[in-house]
Amino acid sequence: MDEFFDATITVNGKPVTRRVQPRQHLIDFLREELGLTGSHYGCEHGACGACTVRVDGEIRRGCLMLAVQAHGRSVDTVEGLTDSGELGALQQAFHERNALQCGFCTPGMLLAAQELVATCPDATRAEIREFMSGNLCRCTGYQAIVDAIEEVIATRRKGAPR
Amino acid sequence: MNDRTGLELLAPAPRAEKPDQPAQTQLLTGYIGQSVPRAGARRLLQGRGSYTDDLKLPRLAHVVFFRSPYAHARIRKLDLTKAARQPGVLAAFDGRAIAEYCTPWVGVLAHLKGIKSPPQHAVAIERACWQGEAVAAIVAESRAQGEDALAHVEAEWQELPVVTDMEDALANRSVIHPELGDNICFKRDFVTEGFEDAFARADVVLEETYGFGRHTGVTLEGRAIVADYNAGEHSLTVYQATQAPHMMQDIFSRHLDIPEANVRVICKDVGGSFGIKVHVYPDEMATAAISVMLRRPVKFVADRLESFLTDIHAREHKAKVRLACTKDGKIIGFDLDDLTSIGPYSVYPRTSGIEGNQVVNLTGGPYAHKNYRAKLNVVFTNKNLTCQYRAVGHPIAVALTEGIVDLAAHKLGIDPAEFRRRNLIPDDAYPYTFPSGLKFEQLSHHRCLDKLLELMDYEGLRAEQKRLRENKVYRGIGLAAMIEVTNPSPAFYGVGGARISAQDGATVRLEPTGMVTCLVSVTEQGQGTEAIFQQICATAVGVSIDKVRVITGDTGTTPYGGGTWASRGAGIGGEALLQAGKALRANILELAAAVLNVDKNALDVSADAVRDKATGEAKLPLAEVGRIGYFRPDTLPLKFQAELTVTRHYTPREYGFTFTNGIQASYVELDADTGFVKLLKHWCVEDCGTVINPMLVDEQIRGGIVQGIGGAMLEECLYSDEGQLLNGSLADYLVPMSGDTPDIVVAHVSTPTRQSELGAKGVGEAGTAGAPGAVMNAINDALVPFGKRVSVQPFTPERILKALGKI
Amino acid sequence: MKAPAFAYAKPRTLGEALALLGRHGEGARLLAGGQSLIASLNMRLATPAILIDLNALPGLDGIEVRGKHLVIGALARHRAIERSELVARHAPLLAQAAPHIAHVAIRNAGTFGGSLAMADPAAEWPACCVALEATIVAASAKGERRIAAAQFFKSLYTTALAPGEILTAVEVPIAGKDSRSAFLELVRRHGDYAIVGIAALAQRSRDALSQVRLVYLGVGDAPVPARSAMAALEGQRATPEAIAAAQAALEQDLAPPADLYHSAAAKLHLARVLLGRAVAALAD
Repeated sequence: MDEFFDATITVNGKPVTRRVQPRQHLIDFLREELGLTGSHYGCEHGACGACTVRVDGEIRRGCLMLAVQAHGRSVDTVEGLTDSGELGALQQAFHERNALQCGFCTPGMLLAAQELVATCPDATRAEIREFMSGNLCRCTGYQAIVDAIEEVIATRRKGAPR
Repeated sequence: MNDRTGLELLAPAPRAEKPDQPAQTQLLTGYIGQSVPRAGARRLLQGRGSYTDDLKLPRLAHVVFFRSPYAHARIRKLDLTKAARQPGVLAAFDGRAIAEYCTPWVGVLAHLKGIKSPPQHAVAIERACWQGEAVAAIVAESRAQGEDALAHVEAEWQELPVVTDMEDALANRSVIHPELGDNICFKRDFVTEGFEDAFARADVVLEETYGFGRHTGVTLEGRAIVADYNAGEHSLTVYQATQAPHMMQDIFSRHLDIPEANVRVICKDVGGSFGIKVHVYPDEMATAAISVMLRRPVKFVADRLESFLTDIHAREHKAKVRLACTKDGKIIGFDLDDLTSIGPYSVYPRTSGIEGNQVVNLTGGPYAHKNYRAKLNVVFTNKNLTCQYRAVGHPIAVALTEGIVDLAAHKLGIDPAEFRRRNLIPDDAYPYTFPSGLKFEQLSHHRCLDKLLELMDYEGLRAEQKRLRENKVYRGIGLAAMIEVTNPSPAFYGVGGARISAQDGATVRLEPTGMVTCLVSVTEQGQGTEAIFQQICATAVGVSIDKVRVITGDTGTTPYGGGTWASRGAGIGGEALLQAGKALRANILELAAAVLNVDKNALDVSADAVRDKATGEAKLPLAEVGRIGYFRPDTLPLKFQAELTVTRHYTPREYGFTFTNGIQASYVELDADTGFVKLLKHWCVEDCGTVINPMLVDEQIRGGIVQGIGGAMLEECLYSDEGQLLNGSLADYLVPMSGDTPDIVVAHVSTPTRQSELGAKGVGEAGTAGAPGAVMNAINDALVPFGKRVSVQPFTPERILKALGKI
Repeated sequence: MKAPAFAYAKPRTLGEALALLGRHGEGARLLAGGQSLIASLNMRLATPAILIDLNALPGLDGIEVRGKHLVIGALARHRAIERSELVARHAPLLAQAAPHIAHVAIRNAGTFGGSLAMADPAAEWPACCVALEATIVAASAKGERRIAAAQFFKSLYTTALAPGEILTAVEVPIAGKDSRSAFLELVRRHGDYAIVGIAALAQRSRDALSQVRLVYLGVGDAPVPARSAMAALEGQRATPEAIAAAQAALEQDLAPPADLYHSAAAKLHLARVLLGRAVAALAD
């Protein structure tokens, strides 16, 4: 029962191949096999969103995906999206508004916020709150996070480079 | 004592908007009061933080715990042989084996008279007393293998009577620890002279009973510890997500019999704490013991299911309150009878009696009155252990005080804001001694009330409420005034014999290149402690903020101190740092004066250089001061020794607790058909003295308010009569998410404390202290047209529908 | 909470998948979106010998119109259904229900067929399918079988799928021009499992409602059609009297058990409130 599978996954733009146990979820794979500790988990049953990563361009709960399922697919984590600059606008807005305190929810929060900003360019404040309601933050009370996302959306709408 | 040379305290700017200054702003006049974004947040934003679970050490082993499925049972048989043989398993230990390396503890303190609790072991021996208590430890090469092995532990149990109901516990129908005689952990009775008479003669006496559901902190990062024992030097290094590393250093040392100086506790980034991670947990102690036993590093991280079973719970109270007042609405006194249930042990070392004790101390807090009677019973049950969680006792004391005050206002036909105006302690009445004996230095209830009413447009909201009621839209406005304990002296724990430090220290060091490193004994869990320390240090020394580095959370390098709890980081750690920074500045000037051959009083340090005080002209860059001080002392006068590292400590002495005050308001809309409540908006006016970073303070308040809202509306640890936790997952235990919380407006009044130069009081818990009371009062205000009230938290649709008579 | 060990297979064709299922029987679990399955694996509530990953099977994720039906493949993701123009036009009830399903990250992965096969009584899709009188298509080694939604959901986590069967598609009758739909759900927090929910359909012609379909979620072991309430509204205009009569009749249709937070009485009361609101929405 302890069989291993060879999985080749494109992580942050680079293909990696590892032997994985089927039971290992994607977050444990990223953290333990690849040392990408930026992705966290808070519950391992899909409720808190701390594990939000991007798979083939869409946000997913990394704790509800087996590493072996990512074979042949591409995974983007907070580290990769930081280095590519894609999260830059959100990171700056989060920073300036202190939209994080302990930082544990932050990678997942940023990945979710990025999908929101990219797919709902006209989101209202209420819609921002609803979209982000899958990501638990225990520290901030959410308002600064909503403010930061609202600002990025507003800036994009104005067409300013950010 | 109040020398403010070179230190200009800017008026705190209360706002929720983005700060004006970009991160790299260099200010000549100091950073105090500026909303500077946290330099330490950058790495967290990039996923480049370093939490305890991120740590990998050579030969790292993982421990999992076999936990009691029963709330109360004798362990008849425990056979670990099969489990020990499973793939990847390195060792398996029962309670007796661990007890040979780790001594038990008792969670009592001398100043809580009569408090009692039996000894508690790291891993239970003979008997489990709550569902989830660890009765065996399995150590394996991976967590998954450890969990696989758990299925092979052979255990037989003899179920014992389970005590879950607090009234049953008080009545001693079944005594959990027969050797103690009853189920009472702690009781307290207090009464002022002439109380009976005053109440008997009062025009009006109101009475209401308030219930508070047991709930818990839910830190997103689970409790985490990596213990690394080095047999070669009999030393133990513990990487732990804890708020109080020095306290843990002492405890590991005493209970594992390792000399104190051989124990080093290091806090990495902590993913949320709120008091949950300031306590001693048996499974964490076991982890450290196992590292010693196996002579290799061992990691334990509580997963979410374990967290719900074993992270401390809090706030399970049933409190009957009476308020006596005149027919004009002047409060004569309060009468409190509080029953609270804890777990089967009082938690070590801070005790599980403190929360109830705080409720007794704080009831009636903001109001002028002389008559007070309080009765407290803290009883053991076979549910999870409870202890201090953010705002300890305040949410209960504030809710029951503000609830009965609103009830009185309502019964007498007086507007709730006006009723408070008639009774809040006047702003010029200080220092003031409270009936329970507490002393207030200086509070600002009236200024805060005035500011709040204006901020929220109270009159406008009342008019809107009236208009909407005619259209069967039911909105409610609730106020909650509060006082909050911050910056405690040894009066909190030290006087009871606890080796918990109420003082803190800061070391400030000029580096050769002119940068400044500070090491402070207060810790960071995301609130921005390190950021405000950068601001204080930069201001005190005279450097730009980007030149300052802060190190916290390492008993091996920082001065000895208390860590973070009871909202003390800014007020106590900050003051130590301020003094150290000023002393370093003075030493820099001594050296510069010697180098420049001028009077040191003609010089000052600002913007990274020693300057002519009068003209501001740069005379000696700090990098030069460093170069000369460290590499060319041969160029200095013969008898002159440069001291470019300075340490100072600080303890608040004049007041046992530095009280702050604030007032919150909640605006809600009740759906009378479904019993659902929508929180429309929330306000908080808070006086925490000198505000070092308004943005961080306001975000602390917001986060605290949302945690309070969680307890008021959503969160409860539900147990069956057999002591089984029914909702131990994040699907079934409901924490507030972004769709459930309102925007929160924060403003400030500032009354600095005169006990320190910085004048900062604490603020981390204020939001949580007042939110439940404000929300309850708002819901009850919305219910006024129906003539009904609710008083048991959380205010679920079920409870509201029952109150409305719809079910 | 680490999952127990299990074997894993990713068949390339439906035939391969059925063969694996046949070989492993009760020891196999089918992996579609995994949003429920992997959570239960992580919590060690499920201990299968093998996981059969269906995600490589071709042609099972389509959303297309075939004749009078909108055919939704078993592997169509919730998010795809939420954003589909075809769904919005031909089965608007599904578009109304979709945003209530958990959160976006879950909807990106979770599948229509997976949700139906799971048969959680508080889930949205099962009640919608019963309301829409959809047909579930199941494949086995013996061929294809069609099962009416009304017969598909048997009990808690129990469907009419026989061992060895895989749900492959759902056929939804296309909405006509007089069709009206409403989906309402009461939750303490957005995205939670419903306390009570209602999938409502009717034809509206000159203010009167006909072919009224009211199906509840969160009130029993399976979706519950409120037949007496439906009968009380059949052919009626949505007057306060008609609605009140339907709400009163609900007592004959529903006997909801209490849940962790709500008594049976509260659930029934909330179901009545939702009925009123849903019918008002249909009549709007």
